[in-house]
Amino acid sequence: MLRALLLFAVTALAGCGEVWNDPYPASERTSNTLYSAFVERPKHLDPVQSYTEDEARFTQQVYEPPLQYHYLKRPYELIPLSALEVPKPREIEGGKFTVYEIRIRPGISYQPHPAFVAGNHALAPARIARLKSPYELPAATRELVADDFIYQIKRLAHPRLHSPIYGLMAEYIVGMAEYSEQLRKADTKKGEWLDLRRFPLKGVERVDSHTYRVTLKGRYPQFVYWLAMPFFAPVPWEAEKFFHQPGMQPRNFTLDWWPVGTGPYMLTENNPNARMVLERNPNFRGEAYPSEGEPEDAQAGLLADAGRTVPFIDRVVYSREKEGIPYWNKFLQGYYDTSGIGSDQFDQAVRVAIEGEAQLTQEMEARGIGLQTSVATTIIYVGFNWLDPVVGGSSERARKLRQALSIAVDMEEYLSIFANGRGLVGHGPLAPGIFGWRDGEQGINPVTHVWKDGAARRRPLEEAKRLLAEAGYPDGRDAKTGQPLVLYLDARTTGPGDKPRLDWWRRQFEKLSVQLEVRETDWNRFQEKIRKGSQQIFILGWNADYPDPENFMFLLHGAQSRMKSQGENAANYANPEFDGLFERMKNMENSPERQKIVDRMTDIARRDAPWIWGFHPKDFSLSHGWLANVKPNNMARNGIKYLRADVEKRAALRREWNRPVLWPLVLILVVLAGSAVPAIVGYRRRERMAARPAS
Amino acid sequence: MLAYIVRRILYAVPILIGVNLITFVLFFVVNTPDDMARMQLGTRRVTPEAIEKWKGEHGYDRPLLWNASAGGLGKATQTVFFEKSVKLFALEFGAAEDGRDIANEIRARVGPSLALAVPVFLVGLAVNITFALFLAFFRATYLDFWGVTLCVGMMSISALFYIIGGQYVASKLWHLVPISGYAGGLDALKFVVLPVVIGVVSSFGTSARFYRTIFVEELTRDYVRTARAKGLAETSVMFGHVLRNAMIPILTGLVVAIPALFFGSLITESFFGIPGLGSYTIDAIQAQDFAVVRSMVFIGSVLYVLALLFTDISYTFVDPRVRFE
Repeated sequence: MLRALLLFAVTALAGCGEVWNDPYPASERTSNTLYSAFVERPKHLDPVQSYTEDEARFTQQVYEPPLQYHYLKRPYELIPLSALEVPKPREIEGGKFTVYEIRIRPGISYQPHPAFVAGNHALAPARIARLKSPYELPAATRELVADDFIYQIKRLAHPRLHSPIYGLMAEYIVGMAEYSEQLRKADTKKGEWLDLRRFPLKGVERVDSHTYRVTLKGRYPQFVYWLAMPFFAPVPWEAEKFFHQPGMQPRNFTLDWWPVGTGPYMLTENNPNARMVLERNPNFRGEAYPSEGEPEDAQAGLLADAGRTVPFIDRVVYSREKEGIPYWNKFLQGYYDTSGIGSDQFDQAVRVAIEGEAQLTQEMEARGIGLQTSVATTIIYVGFNWLDPVVGGSSERARKLRQALSIAVDMEEYLSIFANGRGLVGHGPLAPGIFGWRDGEQGINPVTHVWKDGAARRRPLEEAKRLLAEAGYPDGRDAKTGQPLVLYLDARTTGPGDKPRLDWWRRQFEKLSVQLEVRETDWNRFQEKIRKGSQQIFILGWNADYPDPENFMFLLHGAQSRMKSQGENAANYANPEFDGLFERMKNMENSPERQKIVDRMTDIARRDAPWIWGFHPKDFSLSHGWLANVKPNNMARNGIKYLRADVEKRAALRREWNRPVLWPLVLILVVLAGSAVPAIVGYRRRERMAARPAS
Repeated sequence: MLAYIVRRILYAVPILIGVNLITFVLFFVVNTPDDMARMQLGTRRVTPEAIEKWKGEHGYDRPLLWNASAGGLGKATQTVFFEKSVKLFALEFGAAEDGRDIANEIRARVGPSLALAVPVFLVGLAVNITFALFLAFFRATYLDFWGVTLCVGMMSISALFYIIGGQYVASKLWHLVPISGYAGGLDALKFVVLPVVIGVVSSFGTSARFYRTIFVEELTRDYVRTARAKGLAETSVMFGHVLRNAMIPILTGLVVAIPALFFGSLITESFFGIPGLGSYTIDAIQAQDFAVVRSMVFIGSVLYVLALLFTDISYTFVDPRVRFE
């Protein structure tokens, strides 16, 4: 026994130099691979449907729409991707229509894919049944042409594909609504491929092999932003035909799961339950790393690779991590190159300096980890239902009540308690980084804040109480009836963990002696209440589709009322002056005049206070020192091509950080063996014991 | 015996219909077809027309249980319940609401679930029974006292504590195994070692104590005294007689536990990133994917019906007195 233990100990000690807890195969240790994780499995990878960030991290590496956002420049700037230039709108028939002519860069090739081999379009079902991946079939490529963009725009109207932006695009693209109806009538054989090339779409024309033209009804300057989203990326008809073969769907071989694009990467392993793997597209044309950025980018080393051809990384492995603790620990062990920071890990990762600046803790700095922060183009707001008889409407009483509550709800405190200070207090409907948003004294909400000592200070509670009294609720009681004012917050809750947050909301209202009843509900019922307009106060958020004030202001546009028209205006806010200004502003190019209108709209909204302006979350992310060119970009998720990893350094640090500690194993074995001794002794004694006389 | 088996299988049909109906009612009490459509289509820019189209496409545009506008049998058959349920009995699960084939998904996930659950089951069984026999052998001694104390202590600790503690100690502090993840083939070994150890340890207290109770009770029987009087060694008494006679209560618990092996451990799979059937079911519930939920519940009911049948059959092997009459 002793000899065996010694042998084990020696063997174990000899293995100390090896890494035992590496979740990846040993052959990958020095491969040029980026390791990351995903929490939620993507639902759709078809660019016609995909709309969430969970999906964009995959689709935006594979699909190349005509435009993209500059990786480094802020404010966000559109630049060409598969197009030759950013198209300029051209108005025709006196502004009745707008035409966008998009010229495609010649010489772009698709990734290798079996869809481009004609022989793969008539596979025997038995052959398909044996496939584990479509890439087991012979693959080929072809050049990207304008028809592929046209094909995808037609797909937006496909009755079976349920594109979330179909409704919006049908309002603007000439003939799209009629086109959808035409397809619906033609789509009689369920499951069979509907060749959209046979059906022309009036508003989308082919000019030549590398140019196409989109005609919109009226003006819609925001259309160019949509051209930077995968919805407008090219899709080859061959891919649709290939995946529509009988037997493909039961094997999960669909365009929704196996994207086919021209981007720097191709999805070669698709197991959304465990891992997704992107590999370098050998046919990618190459793209130069940006040579311009923000002033501080050069100092941060973000321009060191200027002009070099991207992508730098050959392979990206995404592993699914549903729980935060393993995700975080694997990042600290070096097995993920990047990570967010959960609330539980915040104190371990970040310390806030006296001047309020977030810095890494010594532990993180010692590991060479870098911290990137950016304010999200998002707003989390508290809405008042404009149709509610108590808090809604344009009466002076209701306005003052909303203003009083807006002062009382201390969002600075909320951010400090529940978000580790990760956010900026909102002062209006626009998020930072969006045209029209103002910083500093000009940007504060005068209803809730004053500018003092170079900073925004929340107005004192006395002002809120005065407004409440003027609204007819002195000391939180109805001046006419003497009854206490009771308000209702419809809150989506997920479990007992939400209690401190809800208690905090109650306390904010209690400051004005107003009672807040929290009506906890699940997401479905919450959505139903918003649709029916039966909510009173609610919390919602909006993440920008594109960096334009229209994409935020429309959330308060009367015509977008959720209850009346199922739009995105969940507060059902309506103000004729605001609506009129919105109609003017939405079709304007960015200009001082547009800024003036945005300022006026913001002032109106602040005064009416249909929302408590909530906050704009601040994203904190971490990356290991071996990963270069990391810069958060809230508008685009196609930045992997710019990242560069020092894989030798990573391998060395992983070895250093993950040496197995073996003595506890030896100790456990010794303890187990030792604890067996009394049992063995007892057993032998009992076996040798003579029979006892009966008592 | 054959007649008995056939009769039991026929009994299963109304049970499966009932389970299916209860699942259907429970699901649609919480989720409406509109909610399902919104969950699949997202919450941004979704129009009422898109929701109606989705429902039509996925067969949720009919009445749920009773179609008053249809005639004759159509009142019952032209409903969501009938159309979604009838194919289950032919084991046609169809596609999940996100378009992925359910049967394919189950095939892919059953391996990881079994890779975790089977070793936990077998190793746990061996360890728990051995330890329980050990305690029974030393009953009323200080070894028995401290053994039972250990069991009570271990069963008082939450499984989540074992998981988080195990990951912290074995993976984070000692760097012995990956903290989470999964790979196919033999590579799975390094990923399942820790969850298996944790699975065995977390169920050790309860199971060992349960088996000890059974064995101690058996030790008071006359046949044990007779065996000892014959001069048999204590090991022969314990393993040859006590264990065999304690098999009926043990089997009752064990065979019924087998279906659970296929469904994996929800928490363990989630924390260790094992892509098994447990996490599939949880994901489907969260995503309001009725197609997956009803399929998993149906498979679960079939497996339980079969397991109960096998339990009854297995009694005849361990106890010759049991007859199918």
